[in-house]
Amino acid sequence: MELIKLTIDGKPVEAEKDTTILKAAKTVGIDIPTLCYFQLKDMNIENRPGGCRICVVEVKGRRNLAPACTTLVSGGMEVNTHSIRVLNARRTVLELILSDHPAECLTCAKSGSCELQSMAQQLGVREIPYQGEQSTYRKDTSPAIIRDVDKCIMCRRCEMMCNEVQTVGALSAVNRGFMAVVAPAFEMNLEKSTCTYCGQCVSVCPTGALTEVDHTRNVINALADPAKTVVVQTAPAVRAALGEEFGLEPGTLVTGKMVAALRRLGFDYVFDTDFAADLTIMEEGTELLDRLTRYLEGDPSVQLPILTSCCPGWVNFFEHHFPELRDIPSTAKSPQQMFGPIAKEYFAKKLGIDRKNMIVVSIMPCLAKKYECQRDEFKVSGDPDVNYSISTRELAAFIKLANIDFDAMPEEEFDKPMGESTGASVIFGTTGGVIEAACRTAYELYTHKKLAKVDFNELRGFESIRHATIDFNGLLLNIGIAHGLGNARKLLEDIKEGKSQFHAIEIMACPGGCIGGGGQPYHHGDSAILKKRASALYREDAGKPIRKSHENPFIISLYKEFLGAPGSDRSHHLLHTKYFDRSASVFVEE
Amino acid sequence: MAIIKLPERKITDLKDVCKSFNNEKGELINVLHKAQGIFGYLPAEVQEVIAKELNLPVAHVYGVVTFYSFFTMTPKGEHPISVCLGTACYVRGSEKVLEEFKRLLKIQVGQTTADGKFSLSCLRCVGACGLAPVVMVGEKVYGRVSPDGVKDIVEEFNN
Amino acid sequence: MKQKQLRIALRNCGVIDPERIEDYIAKDGYLALGKVLTELTPEATIEIIKKSGLRGRGGGGFPTGLKWEITRKVHGDQKYVVCNADEGDPGAFMDRSVLEGDPHSVLEAMAINGYCTGASKGLVYIRAEYPLAIERLKIAMKQAREYGFLGDQILGTGFCFDIEIRYGAGAFVCGEETALIHSMEGLRGEPTVKPPFPSESGYLGKPSNVNNVETYANIPVIINKGADWFASIGSAKSKGTKVFALAGKINNVGLVEVPMGTTLREVIYEIGGGIRDGKAFKAAQTGGPSGGCLTVKHLDIPIDYDNLIAAGSMMGSGGMIVMDEDDCMVAIAKFYLEFTVEESCGKCSPCRIGNKRLFEILEKITQGNGILEDLDKLKNLGKVIIDTSLCGLGQSSPNPVLSTLDNFYDEYIDHVTYKKCKSKVCKSLMTYIIDEEKCIGCTLCARNCPVNAISGERKQAHYIDPEKCIKCGACMEKCKFNAIFIN
Repeated sequence: MELIKLTIDGKPVEAEKDTTILKAAKTVGIDIPTLCYFQLKDMNIENRPGGCRICVVEVKGRRNLAPACTTLVSGGMEVNTHSIRVLNARRTVLELILSDHPAECLTCAKSGSCELQSMAQQLGVREIPYQGEQSTYRKDTSPAIIRDVDKCIMCRRCEMMCNEVQTVGALSAVNRGFMAVVAPAFEMNLEKSTCTYCGQCVSVCPTGALTEVDHTRNVINALADPAKTVVVQTAPAVRAALGEEFGLEPGTLVTGKMVAALRRLGFDYVFDTDFAADLTIMEEGTELLDRLTRYLEGDPSVQLPILTSCCPGWVNFFEHHFPELRDIPSTAKSPQQMFGPIAKEYFAKKLGIDRKNMIVVSIMPCLAKKYECQRDEFKVSGDPDVNYSISTRELAAFIKLANIDFDAMPEEEFDKPMGESTGASVIFGTTGGVIEAACRTAYELYTHKKLAKVDFNELRGFESIRHATIDFNGLLLNIGIAHGLGNARKLLEDIKEGKSQFHAIEIMACPGGCIGGGGQPYHHGDSAILKKRASALYREDAGKPIRKSHENPFIISLYKEFLGAPGSDRSHHLLHTKYFDRSASVFVEE
Repeated sequence: MAIIKLPERKITDLKDVCKSFNNEKGELINVLHKAQGIFGYLPAEVQEVIAKELNLPVAHVYGVVTFYSFFTMTPKGEHPISVCLGTACYVRGSEKVLEEFKRLLKIQVGQTTADGKFSLSCLRCVGACGLAPVVMVGEKVYGRVSPDGVKDIVEEFNN
Repeated sequence: MKQKQLRIALRNCGVIDPERIEDYIAKDGYLALGKVLTELTPEATIEIIKKSGLRGRGGGGFPTGLKWEITRKVHGDQKYVVCNADEGDPGAFMDRSVLEGDPHSVLEAMAINGYCTGASKGLVYIRAEYPLAIERLKIAMKQAREYGFLGDQILGTGFCFDIEIRYGAGAFVCGEETALIHSMEGLRGEPTVKPPFPSESGYLGKPSNVNNVETYANIPVIINKGADWFASIGSAKSKGTKVFALAGKINNVGLVEVPMGTTLREVIYEIGGGIRDGKAFKAAQTGGPSGGCLTVKHLDIPIDYDNLIAAGSMMGSGGMIVMDEDDCMVAIAKFYLEFTVEESCGKCSPCRIGNKRLFEILEKITQGNGILEDLDKLKNLGKVIIDTSLCGLGQSSPNPVLSTLDNFYDEYIDHVTYKKCKSKVCKSLMTYIIDEEKCIGCTLCARNCPVNAISGERKQAHYIDPEKCIKCGACMEKCKFNAIFIN
């Protein structure tokens, strides 16, 4: 490939054709500040509308300044990234952005993680000379996400995530000029839109315009109530990311410290959602085998592929966008929602307490879980199976609030019995993990043989859509995997058109799976962080003594003692759900 | 939220319009023009039908509607009054003419009178700068309008 | 003195019946297309356009032949020829006149462009506010198809080309070519960073040659009369003629077409018949909201692309608004900024917020609350907006402010330091005063004051309370003795 020679700040640079000034500068250690620009390299996600104009640089011979994020290098180009003209322009542009931004840093949920705040710090803004009217909008609180778009700086990252990556289409740029902002149709509440609460908009928002609904206070109140037994469950992806909030290297596993901290926060029982993930595999795996067997026997009432259903963002997505396919996903509840009834219908009874006096809290990498636990079908006489779901970020803040020195925490074990889990359930937190866990169990149940090799490397990776064929002792099972709802959409379109070749498909709404969930510590566009989180989970799996869900001793005894068998009436009653058509329009009666 | 029912026949017309453009996404602006022709404005329900027919997110349709000043989500008056605020009209005093309309009709720009008779809007240059200042009522053009002449224009439509 | 005019783009306007293709043909219509298709290669045709020196009439002044050549050279299975008829500059209406008066000249030029660039499809993006132009265009397209000037195998050659209409919906920014293309695709008319230029990646990602109406209207004549003829008209670097829409405080308003290089004095005094009511010329705004103002000192410079830019203005699409001593230049700058604020698409921050702040500072000044520091802010902000905005709209929107600051700094000082608007335009800076000598105490003013700001005994001199006065001017209008004046 022909290399282009140019100079940046006097330094000679060689770059490939079609490289932007921004990227070329990085290769020689020049870090041009950006605001609207966003990239998740390994996910093919890029946002470069060239809108904020913070990254402008001076190019010799050019009339005006050039945005480094979108201007391509050319031969002989002389770039200056910090001339007085550039510095003045960059600062003025930032002052303008700040002049239309509420000065609420002290009370803003995003304070400390806000990219606009850091930028003001970096550029040394000490006053805002251009005061004037601020654009203000209605604040919108949905079950999972708060939109406070007075703080929107029109970087368009959320719009890109919602439309290009997730193809949800709940958000769009609306209005024009000074009042332009990103909003749902008719600027109505997010709750009325097709939003799936995947939270990817929140995870990329540079400011506090999009944040999660914080339920920490409810949890604190429950913990303070002596009449309540408070049970907590933690999702697999949390342990691979929580440490980042305390300055630990991304990919550091903090399972034991997390358990210790939760105990010190006052939870009566610290359990693991992983246990429920094993349960999910039992139910979902059985359903898969059942459907598959009947399908192979020629039962015309059976539809394949079977789709996983543990991701609530994904469930919301097909209920809104593909309601006609809602018979295809497994009816198994998500691990969070399987945990709830086992806690309240089984464990509470064992303890001899009324389910109303048990509060189940979940720690999730996810914002859609907040909505999921509020669904009516997951309540018994108004009492939710899972009372509150808080995100990884909220847990970190809670730990700090309680004066707990996280790094000094000892490694502790989950409580029994619902803290027992296998390696299979740990990898639920990353793309490909659920289907790998299902294969480990389904293979052995179907073939009645022991797996020679537990790892299914062919199912792992970060590619957006993957497929693999697994040999079930002669039965070739075609597996599809998609992460990111836009990729899921492609597989669904194929199913709709009858073109799908898959027997089973795993779908996770967030790029990377739960490790990249909307409730995780902000990655600020560093996809290496996501990879490190994923490998942490695979590491934990590899180190577990038991790595197949059906070998989890508590799962075995739970079926024996309480549930009967996978797919039994009681299992169906407690562990399966149904889906709804949510495509109905808001305004038009048809 | 209140569900407003659009007349069945007009919905059919609207769907026919979409069909006439092969339900193509790229034809959204053409479809919106026609839809505004049918309904007089583009209420949320209309946008939702269009979104469905063209297989677009309704947020996208709303984003487009709110971008272009030609599209409106509020019904116009029976006699929509537009005062040109193009440069030529402006330097010849169209702002005072606009003030007089506001005073007489007791409405602001973008509003419709309580009886639904008049609505008031501004526009930028109809290309009749020789007649500045220009006022349009519906399709009818009034040139060289002075603030004093505003009363006569309003009265002409009030009978 | 109308002989100063030379009508090339407007050659047929008002001369032929635009709804009769026969009229157009009788005026050598479609002769150029025939010549190009049968006698010339695309390359040779592009060479003629390049040699003629024609530059884009939409504002930027990019060499037309070069643009065609770039579009021709870009590889693409499908290419488009686009006509920008989204005339949004308030006070300019030459494109409308051409489309209403001579639509075939545009169609013919687009077909020639299609032949040269290798495009088989043309699109006219036109303002929905121009119903007559749309109607005439449709009639012309139908007739051209019937005569075989559009459609398959034009004039019996292998060349196929047809045209569709796309409608604008009221967004000034859509005059910017990338925004226009997004609008044609059914999207918000937001511009994108160039490059890639539309010639490389335009409508539906395909190479698209965008020119404006007036540019196209010149093409057939250039082919018919030759590049040398065209290049002989105009100034060194700006060839041919330019249509201006003369408006404002001038005796003869309307479209004029003059050779490039004509002076402002000739346009205003000889063609425009001078300033209305014998008042003094103060400024002429060219280029609309993107342009700046020319003053007395610019009266004798030859008008062309480069001279206008050197004078702090620009050609723009050719609006020319003449202002006299009664116009307040601060208010004029504010007027243009108000337009820009309304028309900014909101995509980039300097244009979205910066223009709003410029407007607010100007408003503060016209309300008598300005301080000297505000003038520095206007300058810095204006320069940064030009330097950092994404598209042509923001890159030129501060021009009216910067150019009035340059040329009429005294007026700004009057407003800021002395709280005076000599042109008596800025209401907040006016005080209505009753001349005690002239007032006979008839009470008429007091009875007509809507806020009871006027007091005084019958048959004695009255007094206006400046605190209460809302400066509506009702008293002055009613006074029969000219006893009320504005300070």
